[in-house]
Amino acid sequence: MTAIKLALLGLLLAVAIVFPHLFGNATVTLVAFFALLYATMASAWNILAGYTGYYSLGHAAFFGIGGYAMAILCQDYTIQGGYGAFYLLPVCGLIAAAFAVPLGIITLRTRRHVFVVLTIAMLFIGQLLAFNLLGLTSGSNGMILPLPPWIGAAYNIPFYYTALALLVLTMSTSFWIRRSRFGLSLMAIRDDEDRAAGLGINTWLHKLIAFVVPAFFLGMVGATYFYFQGQIEPQFAFNPLDDLAMALMSFSGGLGTVLGPVLGGLLIEGAQQYFALTSGVGGNYLILYGALFLAVILLMPRGIIPTIAAIWSSYREKRNDQQASASPGEASNSEALGVAEGTSR
Amino acid sequence: MLLNWDLISGAVVLGIFTGGIYALMASGLTLTFGVMDVINVAQGALVILGAYLSYAVEQHLHIDIFLSLLITMPAMFLIGMLLEVAFIRPLKHERTVFSILVTFAIALVIEGILGKIFTTNFVQLGANAWYVNQSFKIGGTYVGYIYLFGFVLAAVLLAGLYLLLYRTRFGFALRATVENRTAAQLIGIDVERVSAITFGIGVSLAAAGGMAFGATQTFDPGSHYDLISRLLAIIILGGMGSLAGAMIASIFMLVVFNVTSVVYSPTWGTVVFFVLLSVVLLVRPQGFLGRAEARRQ
Repeated sequence: MTAIKLALLGLLLAVAIVFPHLFGNATVTLVAFFALLYATMASAWNILAGYTGYYSLGHAAFFGIGGYAMAILCQDYTIQGGYGAFYLLPVCGLIAAAFAVPLGIITLRTRRHVFVVLTIAMLFIGQLLAFNLLGLTSGSNGMILPLPPWIGAAYNIPFYYTALALLVLTMSTSFWIRRSRFGLSLMAIRDDEDRAAGLGINTWLHKLIAFVVPAFFLGMVGATYFYFQGQIEPQFAFNPLDDLAMALMSFSGGLGTVLGPVLGGLLIEGAQQYFALTSGVGGNYLILYGALFLAVILLMPRGIIPTIAAIWSSYREKRNDQQASASPGEASNSEALGVAEGTSR
Repeated sequence: MLLNWDLISGAVVLGIFTGGIYALMASGLTLTFGVMDVINVAQGALVILGAYLSYAVEQHLHIDIFLSLLITMPAMFLIGMLLEVAFIRPLKHERTVFSILVTFAIALVIEGILGKIFTTNFVQLGANAWYVNQSFKIGGTYVGYIYLFGFVLAAVLLAGLYLLLYRTRFGFALRATVENRTAAQLIGIDVERVSAITFGIGVSLAAAGGMAFGATQTFDPGSHYDLISRLLAIIILGGMGSLAGAMIASIFMLVVFNVTSVVYSPTWGTVVFFVLLSVVLLVRPQGFLGRAEARRQ
């Protein structure tokens, strides 16, 4: 079973790798690039929200911090646009993670809704600081990032592969965490934090790590995003819509699963970019987005992947039942076994 | 820096007046949380919606903005009840967290609709009303009459809310639901009806707050992000579900904001407040008057 899954994933990865060579159209690769980036963000967000049960609506702050780290590093060390700038991504991720440590220590003192609200405050403090620390961020004027030398349709390709690499990295981490003892501890915290602490799990450290790891990935995603855009401004770096996007994608795909947030990210961001490119109307996009979110939460509160899984397993159960009733010999056999077991006890 | 006490006392007075207006918006939010365990992130967008309704009434019917409340508050009460029945009531498990997501989506839809109808240009209410343009001297500074009137409006409505909560049968039912939802249900209180009405009251208070907000500053459909972050900070600081806490925290926040603005710089007012909020929560995670629920799971 896992071999089949691995083969499928390998096939998907191969398709993703050759994708820009099959569809060289700049619009298609642009949509694909954004879809991969947002899938990465949702996958990272899911490590904290899905496994640990702490719904942060402020992690987009680390996306912004990563972006500003990229802009400031490029400016201070006069780094030219090109492949070299991609080497800065881990540095930007580490800077974002470094910010996440004290912020995590403060916000994780609270739980549930107070935590959600504190993380929202964290996002807005970040935005206000980006607006006001003129010496560092140039405030509302924004900053210019170095211009990559690639022209036309070729511009998207390096970014596409960077986003793909980030997605693979984040998904592998997410998969590893879910399978590890560490991940089990996180899920224990999600289910009952006090009991988890009682069982000897260092909940403080586990939660902090689950808070900082997504910040690392989001910092790298932010750096890639704003390197691609060529400029960064506070309202786009610290955007509450990005937090909502990560939550929406994770919830619609299936919170707490490895594949769900990725699927949600690819589908929703792909559709949204497509709408934005074809219709290009601001108000409509907000209404569509909000309505879609409402529909998903009210109709499929457990997400696409868990809902489909539930339908699939109930279908298999039904089929098994039908097979069982279709062959009475087997049924009576198992009945006989049941009786035998009952008597032997 | 030389401290000018006239300026500071003026900032304190202005902070108390605007704090009253914020208390109006925050009271609905904290009441809804207390009764239903629901955090209405759309409260900011509903405040802006109320402001735009007053704007439409003022522009098309030429009615004074304070009188427009007689139309907008009942309308918003109905909108609130509808929202509760359609979107909040179906939420069964993990209610608080899901309510944040659902109401965030509602806020986006409201923002999108307002953007389509009223465009994204900034507007202000009562541009021709005398109380918006004239001011009076208090301490050493001038304060617009609208701030005083907004504060009086807030005081009247909050007093009305107090009477409703503590002197009527519905108020008893509501407070019983805050204390213990299941027990209230067991003694025969229709908590779903109480919830819908509470949500309606919260939203209609948002409409009144929106009118005062829209008359004291310009706004556009996107103004709700800034507003909701402040309102959430206020109810967290005051203690989730505590009405008195929300009022104290509103005034505390706006006084801090205004004093920082005159002493240092307006752009840092909000940052100073958020930093103070974080400090308070580190010491007291449940806020000023909240019960120690913030750390309960």
